[in-house]
Amino acid sequence: MMRYLTPLFAFLVLAIFLFVGLSLNPRQVPSPLIDKPAPEFELYSLHEPEKIFSSKDNLGKVWLLNVWASWCVACRDEHPLLVEIARAGIVPVYGLNYKDENTTAKQWLKLYGDPYVASVVDPDGTVGIDYGVYGVPETYVIDKQGIIRHKQIGPVTVDSLQNKIIPLIMELQGQT
Amino acid sequence: MMTLIQCLLRRWLDKASIIIFCLGILLAYPILGWSEETYKEAIPVAEDPEIEKRMLALTEDLRCLVCQNESIADSRADFSNDIRRIIREQIKANKTDAEIVDFLVERYGDFVLYNPPMKATTVLLWFGPLIMFLIGALVLIKYLKGRRVQIEDVVLTDNDRKKVAALLDEKEITANVSEVEANNESLTQNFINKEQQNTSEVSTEEDKGKKI
Repeated sequence: MMRYLTPLFAFLVLAIFLFVGLSLNPRQVPSPLIDKPAPEFELYSLHEPEKIFSSKDNLGKVWLLNVWASWCVACRDEHPLLVEIARAGIVPVYGLNYKDENTTAKQWLKLYGDPYVASVVDPDGTVGIDYGVYGVPETYVIDKQGIIRHKQIGPVTVDSLQNKIIPLIMELQGQT
Repeated sequence: MMTLIQCLLRRWLDKASIIIFCLGILLAYPILGWSEETYKEAIPVAEDPEIEKRMLALTEDLRCLVCQNESIADSRADFSNDIRRIIREQIKANKTDAEIVDFLVERYGDFVLYNPPMKATTVLLWFGPLIMFLIGALVLIKYLKGRRVQIEDVVLTDNDRKKVAALLDEKEITANVSEVEANNESLTQNFINKEQQNTSEVSTEEDKGKKI
Protein backbone atom coordinates (compact mmCIF):
# COMPACT_ATOMS: atom_id res chain seq x y z
CA MET A 1 0.00 0.00 0.00
CA MET A 2 2.75 2.45 1.02
CA ARG A 3 4.40 1.70 -2.28
CA TYR A 4 1.54 3.44 -4.10
CA LEU A 5 0.72 6.06 -1.47
CA THR A 6 4.20 7.58 -1.27
CA PRO A 7 4.43 8.66 -4.93
CA LEU A 8 0.81 9.85 -4.78
CA PHE A 9 1.57 11.94 -1.72
CA ALA A 10 4.73 13.34 -3.33
CA PHE A 11 2.76 14.19 -6.46
CA LEU A 12 0.05 15.98 -4.46
CA VAL A 13 2.60 18.08 -2.57
CA LEU A 14 4.32 19.01 -5.84
CA ALA A 15 0.97 19.78 -7.51
CA ILE A 16 -0.10 22.09 -4.67
CA PHE A 17 3.24 23.93 -4.70
CA LEU A 18 3.11 24.36 -8.48
CA PHE A 19 -0.55 25.37 -8.45
CA VAL A 20 0.06 28.13 -5.92
CA GLY A 21 3.46 29.11 -7.31
CA LEU A 22 2.44 29.34 -10.94
CA SER A 23 -0.77 31.24 -10.26
CA LEU A 24 1.20 34.01 -8.56
CA ASN A 25 1.99 36.91 -10.83
CA PRO A 26 5.66 37.86 -10.46
CA ARG A 27 4.81 41.38 -11.68
CA GLN A 28 2.58 41.94 -8.66
CA VAL A 29 5.22 42.75 -6.11
CA PRO A 30 3.50 43.44 -2.80
CA SER A 31 4.19 47.02 -1.84
CA PRO A 32 5.74 47.63 1.57
CA LEU A 33 3.87 50.97 1.60
CA ILE A 34 0.47 49.38 2.24
CA ASP A 35 -0.87 50.58 5.60
CA LYS A 36 1.92 53.14 5.78
CA PRO A 37 1.49 56.91 5.47
CA ALA A 38 1.49 58.02 1.84
CA PRO A 39 4.78 59.79 1.04
CA GLU A 40 4.24 63.53 1.11
CA PHE A 41 4.82 65.62 -1.97
CA GLU A 42 4.32 69.16 -3.18
CA LEU A 43 4.06 69.45 -6.94
CA TYR A 44 2.52 71.88 -9.36
CA SER A 45 -0.56 70.85 -11.25
CA LEU A 46 -0.54 70.23 -14.98
CA HIS A 47 -3.30 72.69 -15.86
CA GLU A 48 -2.47 75.32 -13.29
CA PRO A 49 1.32 75.47 -13.05
CA GLU A 50 1.19 78.34 -10.57
CA LYS A 51 -0.82 76.21 -8.13
CA ILE A 52 1.11 73.90 -5.83
CA PHE A 53 -0.71 70.79 -4.73
CA SER A 54 0.32 69.15 -1.50
CA SER A 55 -0.64 65.60 -0.59
CA LYS A 56 -1.57 66.97 2.85
CA ASP A 57 -4.42 68.95 1.26
CA ASN A 58 -6.34 65.71 0.92
CA LEU A 59 -6.24 64.75 4.60
CA GLY A 60 -9.74 64.01 5.76
CA LYS A 61 -10.96 62.46 2.54
CA VAL A 62 -10.51 59.19 0.75
CA TRP A 63 -8.85 59.69 -2.63
CA LEU A 64 -7.23 57.83 -5.49
CA LEU A 65 -3.78 58.65 -6.77
CA ASN A 66 -3.40 57.41 -10.33
CA VAL A 67 0.08 57.33 -11.84
CA TRP A 68 -0.20 57.92 -15.57
CA ALA A 69 1.71 59.13 -18.62
CA SER A 70 0.86 59.90 -22.21
CA TRP A 71 3.53 57.43 -23.36
CA CYS A 72 1.92 54.64 -21.36
CA VAL A 73 -0.17 52.35 -23.53
CA ALA A 74 -1.87 50.45 -20.71
CA CYS A 75 -3.08 53.79 -19.31
CA ARG A 76 -5.42 54.05 -22.29
CA ASP A 77 -7.05 50.76 -21.27
CA GLU A 78 -7.95 51.88 -17.79
CA HIS A 79 -8.71 55.49 -18.63
CA PRO A 80 -12.43 55.11 -19.47
CA LEU A 81 -12.95 53.46 -16.08
CA LEU A 82 -11.30 56.38 -14.29
CA VAL A 83 -13.45 58.81 -16.26
CA GLU A 84 -16.48 56.79 -15.19
CA ILE A 85 -15.46 56.89 -11.50
CA ALA A 86 -14.99 60.65 -11.70
CA ARG A 87 -18.32 61.15 -13.45
CA ALA A 88 -20.16 59.03 -10.89
CA GLY A 89 -18.48 61.05 -8.13
CA ILE A 90 -17.47 57.90 -6.23
CA VAL A 91 -14.13 59.25 -5.13
CA PRO A 92 -11.86 62.16 -6.12
CA VAL A 93 -9.16 60.95 -8.50
CA TYR A 94 -5.80 62.73 -8.56
CA GLY A 95 -3.26 62.11 -11.26
CA LEU A 96 0.49 61.86 -10.98
CA ASN A 97 1.78 62.65 -14.45
CA TYR A 98 4.90 60.51 -14.38
CA LYS A 99 7.95 61.42 -16.49
CA ASP A 100 5.93 63.08 -19.20
CA GLU A 101 5.96 66.19 -21.35
CA ASN A 102 3.39 68.77 -20.31
CA THR A 103 2.15 69.52 -23.83
CA THR A 104 1.65 65.92 -24.87
CA ALA A 105 0.09 65.13 -21.49
CA LYS A 106 -2.46 67.91 -21.97
CA GLN A 107 -3.23 66.73 -25.50
CA TRP A 108 -3.67 63.19 -24.22
CA LEU A 109 -6.21 64.33 -21.61
CA LYS A 110 -8.09 66.31 -24.23
CA LEU A 111 -8.26 63.21 -26.41
CA TYR A 112 -9.25 60.62 -23.81
CA GLY A 113 -11.01 62.77 -21.21
CA ASP A 114 -9.79 64.23 -17.93
CA PRO A 115 -11.01 62.41 -14.82
CA TYR A 116 -8.59 64.16 -12.49
CA VAL A 117 -9.47 66.78 -9.90
CA ALA A 118 -5.85 67.75 -10.43
CA SER A 119 -2.96 66.11 -12.16
CA VAL A 120 0.37 66.90 -10.60
CA VAL A 121 3.57 66.82 -12.59
CA ASP A 122 6.50 64.59 -11.68
CA PRO A 123 8.84 65.10 -14.62
CA ASP A 124 11.85 63.11 -13.35
CA GLY A 125 9.94 60.49 -11.40
CA THR A 126 11.26 61.43 -7.95
CA VAL A 127 7.85 61.28 -6.29
CA GLY A 128 7.22 58.10 -8.27
CA ILE A 129 10.21 56.48 -6.61
CA ASP A 130 8.91 57.57 -3.18
CA TYR A 131 5.70 55.73 -3.98
CA GLY A 132 7.57 52.67 -5.26
CA VAL A 133 6.31 53.11 -8.80
CA TYR A 134 7.95 50.72 -11.26
CA GLY A 135 5.27 50.12 -13.84
CA VAL A 136 2.80 52.69 -15.06
CA PRO A 137 -0.17 52.76 -14.56
CA GLU A 138 -0.42 52.29 -10.82
CA THR A 139 -3.26 53.40 -8.59
CA TYR A 140 -3.20 54.02 -4.85
CA VAL A 141 -6.19 54.16 -2.52
CA ILE A 142 -5.40 56.64 0.26
CA ASP A 143 -7.62 56.98 3.31
CA LYS A 144 -8.69 59.96 5.44
CA GLN A 145 -5.60 59.70 7.63
CA GLY A 146 -3.40 59.81 4.55
CA ILE A 147 -2.51 56.11 4.75
CA ILE A 148 -2.14 53.96 1.64
CA ARG A 149 -4.70 51.17 1.84
CA HIS A 150 -4.34 49.55 -1.55
CA LYS A 151 -2.04 49.61 -4.54
CA GLN A 152 -3.19 48.50 -7.95
CA ILE A 153 -0.20 47.59 -10.12
CA GLY A 154 -1.03 47.83 -13.79
CA PRO A 155 -4.33 49.05 -15.23
CA VAL A 156 -7.48 49.20 -13.15
CA THR A 157 -9.99 46.66 -14.45
CA VAL A 158 -13.75 46.31 -14.03
CA ASP A 159 -13.07 43.23 -11.92
CA SER A 160 -10.56 44.92 -9.62
CA LEU A 161 -12.86 47.93 -9.22
CA GLN A 162 -15.95 45.89 -8.39
CA ASN A 163 -14.31 43.38 -6.12
CA LYS A 164 -11.62 45.35 -4.41
CA ILE A 165 -11.27 49.06 -4.97
CA ILE A 166 -14.84 50.35 -4.74
CA PRO A 167 -15.84 48.19 -1.72
CA LEU A 168 -12.64 49.36 -0.01
CA ILE A 169 -13.41 53.01 -0.81
CA MET A 170 -16.96 52.61 0.57
CA GLU A 171 -15.57 51.07 3.73
CA LEU A 172 -12.94 53.80 4.16
CA GLN A 173 -15.43 56.58 3.48
CA GLY A 174 -17.63 55.17 6.26
CA GLN A 175 -14.79 55.50 8.75
CA THR A 176 -14.24 58.72 10.63
CA MET B 1 43.13 44.98 -63.19
CA MET B 2 42.66 48.67 -63.76
CA THR B 3 38.95 48.42 -63.00
CA LEU B 4 39.65 46.66 -59.70
CA ILE B 5 41.98 49.43 -58.55
CA GLN B 6 39.48 52.03 -59.68
CA CYS B 7 36.74 50.28 -57.78
CA LEU B 8 38.76 50.07 -54.56
CA LEU B 9 39.82 53.70 -54.93
CA ARG B 10 36.23 54.79 -55.37
CA ARG B 11 35.16 52.86 -52.28
CA TRP B 12 37.95 54.31 -50.22
CA LEU B 13 37.05 57.78 -51.40
CA ASP B 14 33.44 57.16 -50.35
CA LYS B 15 34.53 56.24 -46.87
CA ALA B 16 37.02 59.05 -46.68
CA SER B 17 34.41 61.57 -47.70
CA ILE B 18 32.10 60.40 -44.92
CA ILE B 19 34.90 60.72 -42.38
CA ILE B 20 35.83 64.15 -43.66
CA PHE B 21 32.18 65.19 -43.51
CA CYS B 22 31.90 64.03 -39.90
CA LEU B 23 35.13 65.75 -38.97
CA GLY B 24 33.87 68.88 -40.62
CA ILE B 25 30.71 68.83 -38.54
CA LEU B 26 32.70 68.26 -35.37
CA LEU B 27 35.05 71.12 -36.17
CA ALA B 28 32.26 73.42 -37.26
CA TYR B 29 30.26 72.65 -34.14
CA PRO B 30 31.66 75.36 -31.83
CA ILE B 31 31.90 77.85 -34.69
CA LEU B 32 28.27 77.45 -35.64
CA GLY B 33 27.44 77.73 -31.96
CA TRP B 34 24.54 75.30 -31.84
CA SER B 35 22.88 75.76 -28.54
CA GLU B 36 22.87 72.97 -25.99
CA GLU B 37 19.11 72.81 -26.06
CA THR B 38 19.04 71.34 -29.54
CA TYR B 39 20.40 68.02 -28.39
CA LYS B 40 19.98 65.90 -25.31
CA GLU B 41 23.06 65.51 -23.21
CA ALA B 42 24.23 61.93 -22.70
CA ILE B 43 23.83 60.64 -19.18
CA PRO B 44 27.12 61.36 -17.43
CA VAL B 45 28.53 57.92 -16.73
CA ALA B 46 31.64 58.24 -14.67
CA GLU B 47 31.70 61.69 -13.15
CA ASP B 48 33.47 60.35 -10.14
CA PRO B 49 34.97 56.85 -10.39
CA GLU B 50 34.65 56.33 -6.64
CA ILE B 51 30.91 57.02 -6.66
CA GLU B 52 30.52 54.88 -9.77
CA LYS B 53 32.34 51.99 -8.11
CA ARG B 54 30.18 52.12 -5.00
CA MET B 55 27.03 52.50 -7.07
CA LEU B 56 27.92 49.45 -9.18
CA ALA B 57 28.77 47.35 -6.12
CA LEU B 58 25.38 48.25 -4.61
CA THR B 59 23.31 47.76 -7.74
CA GLU B 60 24.74 44.32 -8.45
CA ASP B 61 22.78 42.98 -5.49
CA LEU B 62 19.59 44.86 -6.35
CA ARG B 63 16.84 43.54 -8.57
CA CYS B 64 15.36 45.56 -11.39
CA LEU B 65 11.61 45.37 -10.77
CA VAL B 66 10.78 45.84 -14.43
CA CYS B 67 13.04 43.15 -15.89
CA GLN B 68 13.06 41.08 -12.66
CA ASN B 69 15.79 38.64 -13.63
CA GLU B 70 18.37 41.34 -14.14
CA SER B 71 20.24 43.28 -11.53
CA ILE B 72 19.96 47.05 -11.58
CA ALA B 73 23.65 47.17 -12.53
CA ASP B 74 22.99 45.07 -15.67
CA SER B 75 19.63 46.48 -16.67
CA ARG B 76 19.15 49.26 -19.18
CA ALA B 77 15.50 49.77 -18.23
CA ASP B 78 14.31 53.27 -17.42
CA PHE B 79 13.57 52.13 -13.91
CA SER B 80 17.17 51.05 -13.38
CA ASN B 81 18.48 54.31 -14.79
CA ASP B 82 16.38 56.14 -12.21
CA ILE B 83 17.58 53.96 -9.35
CA ARG B 84 21.19 54.40 -10.42
CA ARG B 85 20.67 58.15 -10.50
CA ILE B 86 19.08 58.12 -7.03
CA ILE B 87 21.93 56.00 -5.65
CA ARG B 88 24.54 58.38 -7.13
CA GLU B 89 22.73 61.31 -5.53
CA GLN B 90 22.58 59.59 -2.19
CA ILE B 91 26.25 58.62 -2.28
CA LYS B 92 27.05 62.26 -2.98
CA ALA B 93 24.89 63.15 0.02
CA ASN B 94 27.19 60.96 2.15
CA LYS B 95 24.64 58.26 2.85
CA THR B 96 25.98 54.88 3.90
CA ASP B 97 25.33 51.77 1.80
CA ALA B 98 22.95 50.43 4.45
CA GLU B 99 20.96 53.67 4.41
CA ILE B 100 20.64 53.55 0.63
CA VAL B 101 19.50 49.93 0.66
CA ASP B 102 16.98 50.74 3.41
CA PHE B 103 15.69 53.64 1.33
CA LEU B 104 14.97 51.27 -1.56
CA VAL B 105 13.52 48.48 0.60
CA GLU B 106 11.13 51.01 2.19
CA ARG B 107 9.76 51.74 -1.27
CA TYR B 108 10.04 48.50 -3.17
CA GLY B 109 10.11 45.83 -0.47
CA ASP B 110 12.48 42.93 0.04
CA PHE B 111 11.88 41.87 -3.55
CA VAL B 112 14.38 44.50 -4.64
CA LEU B 113 17.14 42.61 -2.81
CA TYR B 114 18.87 39.62 -4.36
CA ASN B 115 20.03 38.75 -0.85
CA PRO B 116 16.77 38.56 1.07
CA PRO B 117 16.98 39.15 4.83
CA MET B 118 16.13 36.38 7.30
CA LYS B 119 12.52 36.91 8.35
CA ALA B 120 9.47 34.86 9.26
CA THR B 121 8.31 35.08 5.65
CA THR B 122 11.67 34.09 4.18
CA VAL B 123 12.45 31.13 6.47
CA LEU B 124 11.25 28.66 3.85
CA LEU B 125 13.35 30.44 1.23
CA TRP B 126 16.50 30.19 3.35
CA PHE B 127 16.01 26.72 4.81
CA GLY B 128 13.84 25.10 2.13
CA PRO B 129 16.82 23.66 0.22
CA LEU B 130 18.39 22.35 3.44
CA ILE B 131 15.08 20.71 4.43
CA MET B 132 14.80 19.16 0.97
CA PHE B 133 18.37 17.87 1.26
CA LEU B 134 17.68 16.35 4.69
CA ILE B 135 14.50 14.66 3.43
CA GLY B 136 16.45 13.28 0.48
CA ALA B 137 19.25 12.04 2.72
CA LEU B 138 16.77 10.35 5.12
CA VAL B 139 15.00 8.61 2.23
CA LEU B 140 18.33 7.46 0.82
CA ILE B 141 19.56 6.14 4.20
CA LYS B 142 16.28 4.32 4.77
CA TYR B 143 16.40 2.78 1.32
CA LEU B 144 20.03 1.64 1.68
CA LYS B 145 19.36 0.12 5.12
CA GLY B 146 16.33 -1.72 3.77
CA ARG B 147 18.44 -3.11 0.97
CA ARG B 148 21.15 -4.38 3.34
CA VAL B 149 18.50 -6.24 5.39
CA GLN B 150 17.15 -7.78 2.21
CA ILE B 151 20.58 -9.04 1.21
CA GLU B 152 21.36 -10.48 4.67
CA ASP B 153 18.01 -12.22 4.96
CA VAL B 154 18.76 -14.74 2.22
CA VAL B 155 20.44 -17.70 3.96
CA LEU B 156 21.21 -20.70 1.75
CA THR B 157 20.46 -24.20 2.98
CA ASP B 158 22.51 -27.20 1.82
CA ASN B 159 19.62 -28.20 -0.40
CA ASP B 160 19.73 -24.77 -2.03
CA ARG B 161 23.43 -25.06 -2.61
CA LYS B 162 22.97 -28.42 -4.29
CA LYS B 163 20.26 -26.97 -6.50
CA VAL B 164 22.49 -24.06 -7.37
CA ALA B 165 25.37 -26.39 -8.13
CA ALA B 166 23.11 -28.52 -10.32
CA LEU B 167 21.82 -25.48 -12.13
CA LEU B 168 25.34 -24.17 -12.62
CA ASP B 169 26.49 -27.55 -13.99
CA GLU B 170 23.56 -27.70 -16.34
CA LYS B 171 24.39 -24.25 -17.48
CA GLU B 172 28.03 -25.18 -17.99
CA ILE B 173 27.06 -28.25 -19.98
CA THR B 174 24.69 -26.39 -22.24
CA ALA B 175 27.25 -23.64 -22.63
CA ASN B 176 29.86 -26.22 -23.56
CA VAL B 177 27.75 -28.05 -26.10
CA SER B 178 28.76 -25.90 -28.98
CA GLU B 179 32.37 -26.01 -27.85
CA VAL B 180 32.13 -29.75 -27.62
CA GLU B 181 30.71 -29.99 -31.08
CA ALA B 182 33.43 -27.77 -32.42
CA ASN B 183 36.06 -29.90 -30.76
CA ASN B 184 34.36 -33.16 -31.67
CA GLU B 185 36.70 -33.86 -34.46
CA SER B 186 39.87 -33.31 -32.44
CA LEU B 187 38.36 -35.32 -29.56
CA THR B 188 37.61 -38.29 -31.74
CA GLN B 189 41.10 -37.90 -33.10
CA ASN B 190 42.48 -38.01 -29.55
CA PHE B 191 40.30 -40.97 -28.75
CA ILE B 192 41.60 -42.86 -31.75
CA ASN B 193 45.15 -41.97 -30.79
CA LYS B 194 44.57 -43.19 -27.24
CA GLU B 195 43.03 -46.41 -28.51
CA GLN B 196 45.98 -46.97 -30.70
CA GLN B 197 48.31 -46.30 -27.79
CA ASN B 198 46.35 -48.75 -25.64
CA THR B 199 46.51 -51.45 -28.25
CA SER B 200 50.19 -50.87 -28.69
CA GLU B 201 50.64 -51.05 -24.88
CA VAL B 202 48.67 -54.25 -24.81
CA SER B 203 50.75 -55.63 -27.58
CA THR B 204 53.97 -54.75 -25.73
CA GLU B 205 52.56 -56.48 -22.62
CA GLU B 206 51.77 -59.46 -24.76
CA ASP B 207 55.30 -59.32 -26.04
CA LYS B 208 56.56 -59.19 -22.46
CA GLY B 209 54.43 -62.22 -21.61
CA LYS B 210 55.83 -64.05 -24.50
CA LYS B 211 59.31 -63.15 -23.34
CA ILE B 212 58.52 -64.34 -19.84
